[in-house]
Amino acid sequence: MVSGLTVSERQWSMAILVIVAFVGLAMAAAGANRADPMQAHGFIVLLFSLAVFCFVLRDYYQPEPAAARLASYYDDPSKAGIVVAMLWAVFGMFIGDWVAWLLAFPDLTFDAAWSSFGRLRPAHTTGVIFGFGGNALIATSFHVMQRTSRARLPDQFSPWFVLVGYNLFCLLAISGYFLGITQSKEYAEPEWYADIWLVIVWVVYLVLYLRTLARRKEPHIYVANWYYLAFILVVAILHVVNNLAVPASFAGAKSYSLFSGVQDAMTQWWYGHNAVAFFLTAGFLGMLYYYLPKRAGRPIYSYRMSIIGFWGITFFYMWAGSHHLHYTALPQWVQTLGMTFSVMLLVPSWIAAANALLTLNGAWDKVRDDATLRFMMMAAVFYGLSTFEGSFMAIRSVNALSHYTDWTIGHVHAGAMGWVALITFGSIYAVVPWLWKRERMYSPVLVEVHFWLALAGTLIYVFAMWNSGIIQGLMWRTYNDSGTLTYSFLDTMVAMHPYYVARAIGGLLFLLGAIVGCYNIWMTIRRPSELPAASGDIPLPVNLQPAE
Amino acid sequence: MAVSERDPHSGHMTTGHEWNGIKELNTPVPKAVWLFLILTVIFSIGYWILMPAWPLGKTHTRGLLDNDQREIVARRVSAAAEARSNWMHQIGAMSYGQISANPELMAYVREDGYRLFGDNCAACHGMDAKGNSGFPNLTDRDWLWGGSPDTIAHTIEVGINSPASKDTRVSQMLAFGKDGTLDNDAVLAVADYVKTLSDPAWAKGKAASVAKGREVFAANCVACHGDQGHGNLQVGAPNLTDQTWLYGGDISAIYTTIYEGRQGEMPAWAHRLSPVDRKILTLYLLDRGGKQ
Repeated sequence: MVSGLTVSERQWSMAILVIVAFVGLAMAAAGANRADPMQAHGFIVLLFSLAVFCFVLRDYYQPEPAAARLASYYDDPSKAGIVVAMLWAVFGMFIGDWVAWLLAFPDLTFDAAWSSFGRLRPAHTTGVIFGFGGNALIATSFHVMQRTSRARLPDQFSPWFVLVGYNLFCLLAISGYFLGITQSKEYAEPEWYADIWLVIVWVVYLVLYLRTLARRKEPHIYVANWYYLAFILVVAILHVVNNLAVPASFAGAKSYSLFSGVQDAMTQWWYGHNAVAFFLTAGFLGMLYYYLPKRAGRPIYSYRMSIIGFWGITFFYMWAGSHHLHYTALPQWVQTLGMTFSVMLLVPSWIAAANALLTLNGAWDKVRDDATLRFMMMAAVFYGLSTFEGSFMAIRSVNALSHYTDWTIGHVHAGAMGWVALITFGSIYAVVPWLWKRERMYSPVLVEVHFWLALAGTLIYVFAMWNSGIIQGLMWRTYNDSGTLTYSFLDTMVAMHPYYVARAIGGLLFLLGAIVGCYNIWMTIRRPSELPAASGDIPLPVNLQPAE
Repeated sequence: MAVSERDPHSGHMTTGHEWNGIKELNTPVPKAVWLFLILTVIFSIGYWILMPAWPLGKTHTRGLLDNDQREIVARRVSAAAEARSNWMHQIGAMSYGQISANPELMAYVREDGYRLFGDNCAACHGMDAKGNSGFPNLTDRDWLWGGSPDTIAHTIEVGINSPASKDTRVSQMLAFGKDGTLDNDAVLAVADYVKTLSDPAWAKGKAASVAKGREVFAANCVACHGDQGHGNLQVGAPNLTDQTWLYGGDISAIYTTIYEGRQGEMPAWAHRLSPVDRKILTLYLLDRGGKQ
């Protein structure tokens, strides 16, 4: 991998790693001075950058790569990103299923601070959303943007900086939770220095994407790129605004948010809901728009639907965050806007889902036979289901029942497991043989096994949480004739217990599927390549610039 | 240059664009999509007209329905309080005896008491009120502080060893071993003696230890637990001669209690529950069979 970098890129990498190592050392020293948990993070940054430095150093004296490399796409970062994404998937889903069992059997912890629910839960969400989802998005976006632009990545350093830097962020985030470092904002828990690091990484990502698009040899920009770009751009805005904070000290982990009270809540849920929209939806729609038609061998059903779907989703989503704060201190007019825009949002969401499913017209025989394509089809179905559910739950009177119950958890997981994870697995099964130049996955049967494990796990999970959530919501609001509440809170806990067990079983199936997937991908990679480089999977010749 | 072609399967034309083998059809947007888009927009505009919706600088559009969620909640809360007020007022005004004799009121007590107990007491005493180690069983007839309605109500009000109430009931079992009041042999001996109070068979073969323990007991324990070990309701000192044990009645639990002492805490509920709620809980407990 390192031997693919030019010597000057290797030097750049080492210089930056040395700088990061010094920053880590400074953090460790500053933290040690105040007995602050930042000390541990300093050492993590130091060790991480030293490890990567050694990795680069090992191949530093390899000869300069041949200029012929410029005639093909640069896929090493995509390959690494996919492997890392699968490792994060297993980690994040393992923690998630542990948390699920812990909720059913509260003793399943070690009576230690690090393994308490409040720390495991963000480790799960960050592990699957940022670790698994984020790496899969970065890896596939590199793959898709090169193909649909017919242009090679502009350099070989930036994609590695993005991928490695992003994983350092994930590592800081999750190790921080176990150490007790959090700013207590859901899905934005990492503290100020990790946030600043992510901004740097993300800006490089955005610039890399724009540079590649600027080099494109196609007259038009493909839909998948609209979505990937919306994902990168909006996540940057959301991340910066929601994480505005003043560190209590530059030598410590703790910071104080710029916002307080209801403004903080509104900013947080503007962030939180648009993270769902632009991280967990737009990015993965980018994936869907490339890998689904490619795998199905069918043209996109309607370019016009792509356009109104995209602009509808980007415009309406931005307003919808306040539906997380119905019947709170948030002024009612803000709730009204959040609710109505969420209702209108259903239409473009279903346009995107329908455009995907109608693209499969003429290829349904492939959906029947090919589990990889079926992953993507099922993802589009769950995307449609969970966007309908989301708009429905955003209606104030429905939300009065669903809010604070497990119904919300069920809804999120219908989206996260059914839509995000299924489209990712489908895309990974499609792209792995292409990237590693194999005829097919090591075992199509194991892809089939993974599909059914994932689908069964999702259905068990979601049905359990629908039942649990609606029962919970109804019990909370049931009154006696005497005008008092019928059930104590503990009664609702007892009623939820069987569903919590079912949920944990569903999650276990899903985790097992991911492990089967890891094995299959690993065996595919290890198998010797039997294909020559796919003819036609090359960029158009670049008019080489002097600097290159 | 972009050249459209006809897709043989759908019969629609392509846009002529192609990316890495992916083409797009120029299929018109189905009419149903426009219809639903228009319907949801009309719904939203209608909702904005009727409800508070758009900001206008310092104020916002109020909506034709004049809907205010805070007013609605306040109204519903007071309506519910009004609905409860009849029987709650009676419970507040009547004596424990009068309420117990009134089946209609006791039905309310059982209904609301169940929920009050579940939300406030069950975490320690259990949903069935039968207690846990360190948390007394409230369904037996054995009361540490007395089982009359007023006594129970007072315990709920001020708690036991509760830092939140200056009138709290205070009860300290001293740490005789840990604090050095008694040496270890004395603790072992008095543990043996205490065990024999409820379990005479325990004395078998331990005559010397029990005799020594009796002396230690007389010198150190009788002030609270009484000459015969029957306890004292005034200070919440338990009866040591029965089979009811708060922290366990086996010899090692008794030893631990004497060695380390016990300072159980019950929160004061005066600031958390209204007088009527506390009265309902008292009646609920008495009704569960905990009468003395």
